[in-house]
Amino acid sequence: MHPDELLDLIDKENEARSRWKHTIHICTAAGCLSCRSDALKEAFDKEVAAKGLAEVCAVKGVGCMGTCNAGPMVRIEPGGIHYGPVAPEDVSEIVMSLDGDPISRLLCKESAVFSSRQHKIVLENSGIVDPERIEDYIASGGYTALSTALATMSPSDVIAHVVQSGLRGRGGAGYPTGLKWTTVAKTGSRRKYVVCNADEGDPGAFMDRSVLESDPHRVLEGMAIAAYAVSAFHGYLYVRAEYPLAIKRLAKAIRDAERHGLLGNNICGTTFKFGVQIRLGAGAFVCGEETSLISSIEGNRGAPRPRPPYPAEYGLWGHPTLINNVETFANIPPIIRNGGAWFAKTGTEKSKGTKVFAIAGRVNNTGLIEVPFGITLREIVFDIGGGIPEGRNFKAVQTGGPSGGCIPAEFLDMPVDYESLASVGSILGSGGLIVMDDTSCMVDVAKYFMEFSRSESCGKCLPCRTGTPQMYHILGRISEGGGTRYDVQLLEELCDLLKNTSLCGLGLSAPNPVVSTLRYFKDEYEAHILDKTCPAGVCAMASGRMVRQ
Amino acid sequence: MASETGTSSGQPVDRRLKMVEATMRRYGNEPSALIETLHTVQEAFGYIDEEIMKYVAAVLNVPLSKVYGVATFYHFFNLKPQGKHTCVVCTGTACYIKGAQNLIETIGHETGVKPGETTADRSLSLLTARCLGSCGLAPAVVFDGDVAGRLTPPDVLQRIRGWKEHAS
Repeated sequence: MHPDELLDLIDKENEARSRWKHTIHICTAAGCLSCRSDALKEAFDKEVAAKGLAEVCAVKGVGCMGTCNAGPMVRIEPGGIHYGPVAPEDVSEIVMSLDGDPISRLLCKESAVFSSRQHKIVLENSGIVDPERIEDYIASGGYTALSTALATMSPSDVIAHVVQSGLRGRGGAGYPTGLKWTTVAKTGSRRKYVVCNADEGDPGAFMDRSVLESDPHRVLEGMAIAAYAVSAFHGYLYVRAEYPLAIKRLAKAIRDAERHGLLGNNICGTTFKFGVQIRLGAGAFVCGEETSLISSIEGNRGAPRPRPPYPAEYGLWGHPTLINNVETFANIPPIIRNGGAWFAKTGTEKSKGTKVFAIAGRVNNTGLIEVPFGITLREIVFDIGGGIPEGRNFKAVQTGGPSGGCIPAEFLDMPVDYESLASVGSILGSGGLIVMDDTSCMVDVAKYFMEFSRSESCGKCLPCRTGTPQMYHILGRISEGGGTRYDVQLLEELCDLLKNTSLCGLGLSAPNPVVSTLRYFKDEYEAHILDKTCPAGVCAMASGRMVRQ
Repeated sequence: MASETGTSSGQPVDRRLKMVEATMRRYGNEPSALIETLHTVQEAFGYIDEEIMKYVAAVLNVPLSKVYGVATFYHFFNLKPQGKHTCVVCTGTACYIKGAQNLIETIGHETGVKPGETTADRSLSLLTARCLGSCGLAPAVVFDGDVAGRLTPPDVLQRIRGWKEHAS
């Protein structure tokens, strides 16, 4: 598709939009779908047709609106009225009220606080465009970044913008994206790959799933721009098999983009070509690690290998490979559209832009948020998240999944960025935030994560293979009331060992939940060991199930 | 192929095998198609048994040990036939914090199976998932492919008992 054809399509789409007096947006991302938003959409379709409003009122399935716990969500435009949860019985009333006042009993109370503190870059289309229609994405300014880059920028110009933006990898480690791109671009190989890591395995994280389900074309556009910048012609999207809806929408997005000449040969009428294939993950947490992911795409067990050489030089089938996370790619189109300097204006000195967080656990408003770096944890948990339910007390927020740590209340006013989270023994990770209140036992939480790391360890390196089960057993002993002071010392030694000798990120970071709970909640360990009690009433001795003396 | 020759799931075996062959062909029968092929095997047959592993190994020209190694490495693949109904309890952090363990215990109490097991009459398989990414709905369970959220032990019992009544 030539750039002028792209503009024609935008005009046509906008003309169609201008005919609608009202648009009813219904969330069709996985969260709301599991609350039967598909039936809701059908009900709206029928009601609008029955009332004879089909000419002036559009019913549109869109992506995630963020307020997942109020689902199924409906938004009415114009007016930006958020309703949720909405039942099929409410449909007729909503359609009747389109020209009048909003229905106050259905208004979503979370949406106001949710939106006021947010800054949307990655999620700007989420909940607005129909993820299954490429025309809708194009009309919202989609693929203009790609066509502009191909028409007016050299690959090094593109990289310069990414470097200037200060964007860092959103998969967790925070490696500067521009630097990674530069390394891949510089390698002389004629065969290079671009890989999107969509193997979101962190329990408690659903940002990538939501981006893929709500705005799949944006990820494809980001990948195509990256491929142009580093001169790659093949790309892979490695997606978790546990995300069937995301896979289905991505597959459709790829087909549609190919049909419109935005992927494949002669993209946007230029000589640039880039093809993308989906590869399914199969439920192995370690495949989020880039060398394991490469091994998995090659059809092998997902075992990591020592780095260097890094995939940027020696990746898929031995060729230079650029691997970025879903959210990283999703940041690329707006950076190219508005320039690197524009992006660098948001965030903190070392962490630019925004971060999408999945907030869940013991908090009133659960869902998906996008906030600028530098916001405090307190603002996230208490303002956007609406605080702790049932009047209970905040205990900790767990970030970064099994590779992260628990942050206690004393750090609630800390600004959120890569460095500050690391300074308190946690990591940003992919962006899962689990809020815990006084009903959570920190020994039990540490045991939970160690069970995870133990079962997900690929077994290739000894410290991780045998260290994680040892730590799990010690934590189990403590939570059953059979722990001693020596156990804590042993745990500390094992944490140290794994941190310094494991082969890949899984083993290196597996001790983090233990280290951070030992650092901030040592009193809970002591209560289990010395007093044989579980202050939160979670572990075995609390319910009297089993106490080993 | 896949032990029970015949048409237990209502589909002739040949058609299921054709799906598997189509996947291998789509990737040029390359060894790198192994994981994609196993996905199709599981989709078509419900699980991956030794017979089909041998077949896939021969077509893709990889050792049987590698097919077995890959099939057992990834949690998503089942090597045993599953029950008529499946119940996948999410054990992600958010679900764990909100009581997924109680749901597993409730189901175990009702049916006598542990996670990863199938009842003796093959009516139900109880599985766990690392994280479904439906954390906003925690605790979440997938009943025969349908995600349901914010569940309590009575809700889960109701679903499972509903299946039983339907069967009898």
